[in-house]
Amino acid sequence: MIRVQQEDFDVGAEIKALTKGNPSIGGVVSFIGLVRDIAGDRSIDTMTLEHYPGMTEKMLARIEEEAQERWNLDASLIIHRYGPLNPGDQIVLTITASAHRQDAFEANEFLMDWLKTKAPFWKREAGADGDNWVEAKDSDDVAAARWSP
Amino acid sequence: MTLMYFAWLKQKIGMGEEELTPHDNVVTVADLIDWLCSRGDNFATAFEDRDVIRVAINQEFAELDDPIAGAAEIAFFPPVTGGQT
Repeated sequence: MIRVQQEDFDVGAEIKALTKGNPSIGGVVSFIGLVRDIAGDRSIDTMTLEHYPGMTEKMLARIEEEAQERWNLDASLIIHRYGPLNPGDQIVLTITASAHRQDAFEANEFLMDWLKTKAPFWKREAGADGDNWVEAKDSDDVAAARWSP
Repeated sequence: MTLMYFAWLKQKIGMGEEELTPHDNVVTVADLIDWLCSRGDNFATAFEDRDVIRVAINQEFAELDDPIAGAAEIAFFPPVTGGQT
């Protein structure tokens, strides 16, 4: 399942809902991305996430599908927020559930690496010294490329 | 067709979306950018560095030399920066 939303999410409730009624699940991995108050040597007051409605959902669904094909997953969930966020706020949640932990761990890392380079989101950071668009990092491409067949 | 601009492209161009019918001699994405740049300085400035421009045709990633024939929606944007750093 994928969700793109402005509202915050409750990780415990999401895990419970995702695993409910499926006793074949033996392990659940969740990753929660948070907004930091520092970017390089800049202090950040707010971060605003813009996205491409329609294409975002399409790409997230495809990334999840790819993970389902590559690993033995019983359930998975991606939630990505957009709009204005503050340091400490949750931005992104990936949950992977499988019979054995290795599939859940690997698939979760894959989801995060791929969504960073394939989902159309853009971050704008605002601090006391003004605001700017966050630039993509080469290290993100490197992280995503290690999952290439 | 619908053209969409995101992030700093949207800011530099001054709008997020417009309906346009490009000239017949506009065949590829690169042609489309050339044509857009001829429409005003705001476009010329936004598309100045093409290495940092990404494009999607009908919500699928595309390349600068891809044809635009039959496209209903073309979006231009900088490299994506979602997820968590």
